[in-house]
Amino acid sequence: MMSSIPPAAVMILGAVLVPLLRGRLRTAYVLALPLAGLALVLSMGDTEFGKTTLFGYDMTLVRIDGLSRLFGWLFHIAAFIGLIFALRSPRNIEHPVALVYAGAAVGAVQAGDLITLFVFWEILAVSSVFLVWARAGERAFRAGMRYLVAQVGSGALLLVGILVYADAAGSVSFGDIGLDSPGGWLIMLAFGIKAAFPMLHTWLTDAYPESTFSGAVFLSAFTTKVAVYALARGFAGEDVLVWVGAAMTSFPIFYAVIENDLRRVLGYSMINQLGFMVCGIGIGTELAVNGAVAHAFNDVLFKGLLFMSMGAVLYRTGNINGSDLGGLYKSMPKTAGLCMVGAASISAFPLFSGFVSKSLVMGAALYEGYDVVWLMLLFASAGVFHHAGIKIPFFAFFSHDSGIRVKEAPGSMLIAMTVAAVLSMVNGIWPTLFLYPNLPYEVTYQPFTSAHVISQIQILFFSALAFCGLKLTGLYPPELRSVNLDVDWIVRRPLRRFALSLGGAGMALRGLVVRSGMAVTNRVVRTAERRTGPGGVLERTWSTSVSVLWAAALLAFLLILYFVR
Amino acid sequence: MANHDQNEKPGVFDNPRNVKRVIYGLYAVCAVVFALDIVSWIQGMAGAHELRHPERGWEGFPGFYAFYGFVACVLLVLVAREMRKVLMRREEYYDDE
Repeated sequence: MMSSIPPAAVMILGAVLVPLLRGRLRTAYVLALPLAGLALVLSMGDTEFGKTTLFGYDMTLVRIDGLSRLFGWLFHIAAFIGLIFALRSPRNIEHPVALVYAGAAVGAVQAGDLITLFVFWEILAVSSVFLVWARAGERAFRAGMRYLVAQVGSGALLLVGILVYADAAGSVSFGDIGLDSPGGWLIMLAFGIKAAFPMLHTWLTDAYPESTFSGAVFLSAFTTKVAVYALARGFAGEDVLVWVGAAMTSFPIFYAVIENDLRRVLGYSMINQLGFMVCGIGIGTELAVNGAVAHAFNDVLFKGLLFMSMGAVLYRTGNINGSDLGGLYKSMPKTAGLCMVGAASISAFPLFSGFVSKSLVMGAALYEGYDVVWLMLLFASAGVFHHAGIKIPFFAFFSHDSGIRVKEAPGSMLIAMTVAAVLSMVNGIWPTLFLYPNLPYEVTYQPFTSAHVISQIQILFFSALAFCGLKLTGLYPPELRSVNLDVDWIVRRPLRRFALSLGGAGMALRGLVVRSGMAVTNRVVRTAERRTGPGGVLERTWSTSVSVLWAAALLAFLLILYFVR
Repeated sequence: MANHDQNEKPGVFDNPRNVKRVIYGLYAVCAVVFALDIVSWIQGMAGAHELRHPERGWEGFPGFYAFYGFVACVLLVLVAREMRKVLMRREEYYDDE
């Protein structure tokens, strides 16, 4: 009986009850759901079930195998850590939304066919946008809207791709898809939007920093890693991905150096890390795919840790600009220390998790003769340390003293960060404990050779030396309050001006859309937050569901308007 | 959130000597790992291939990683500085949307 419950259902359906609960019971329930889901997944082992036939196509609701196994564990762990961190969230809507979002991620990686994948792909999009909108305010609303357009666009491409592909292949089973057919290209493009391919990446760096202090923690964990899994399942060994991945590792680090919003720096740094995974998938050997999966696992933990530390700073100071922070090691020493564990992990210091996973991808690049790619990855590795390893902790916690004095992060946040830090270190010190044995293929690679450790320490400390030298000579660009133009400028400026030139009617319609959309989303957020009096529970849930229904209907309408505008 | 009062205990890095210590520590670590690399290179030349196993000749050159890391970061920052001239706008640039 237990073995026939789809693991995704635990968090998605479990989330429905969250708005009815209050206080400690709610906390316990919210934290129990991911643990229950994890226990269910672990008890199942590798399995396939939930097979049905629809329109003549065979569908499989759940498939746990070598490739999807670790992702299923990972998303439950990430949800658990994120929910502990989010316990302080004043936005009551965040917990149920995050649970649905995490559940959808589990469902997507365990989907055995493309139609099931599509369903969860869309739930990912529609649930996650509320983590941006929960920040409230016009800025967050607009960023969320742009995010949603990209996510729904990816869903639309995926659907068309599936239809074209299924027609040609006669099957919707989700295995190796390849690029031999137009359907394959469309599906890869859909995955590529969610994986933040170059030029398709701005939804990430645009929306993540506009989300709530805890929303970014969830956002950083699920969407892009589902896309990495999907690419690994459908397109392993496609040469084009090697170069796409290498480009992803390299270009964002330039932006990361000059960006002022430290959570946006982490957004660019995330694309850089995704680049290593995409590159590994493109190389496609057992070593490389192992590296991609292992790095996805580690990245969720250390990038989550970094987003949590910056979320804690934002929560306490109300600010996350490098130009305004500094000296926080005095008032938030524990957060600073935990942030530095995340920084060491992403920078791939030996004995921290990035080292044991990134080496797999880089080793594979060299073994397969991708010398130029390897040099790009090495450049990016030095750059990661520079912008994520040094810049993030330096400008938040050290640098010049901003004079800001706050309390240390709340206990729940420190616990969440500690769990992520400990897991990162366990994977870094002892990769053979549970990371390596559960990768898709057997691992014969040995990361801790003396030559390897010495070369990695050299690259890291000489990068630090460069930072130090540039800082002392004043060549390092100062943190400035600013925005940096990225490719979304094309949509947000020239294309917008073009729309404006079409006449006032178009803009008036758009203004109406934005205003009514904001009114509805604010109402959903507020309704979810309203405290229930005794006996008011039924009435309240009724009004919530009606609001949600209205929101869904209006959303569909909004999106149509946004596209045809 | 509050601004600090004058009576608070100074932090570790309020003392410039401690900052200097960190910087000298960095120089020392760089010198040591560079020396270790030279030693391992000599051992590799002497036939101890289990200690040094470059996939490519140029990768095994002593100090390759140190040089590459340093130059990569300097170039990264100098190019990013130039990018600012083209890409940077005031903070409110998109606010009139």
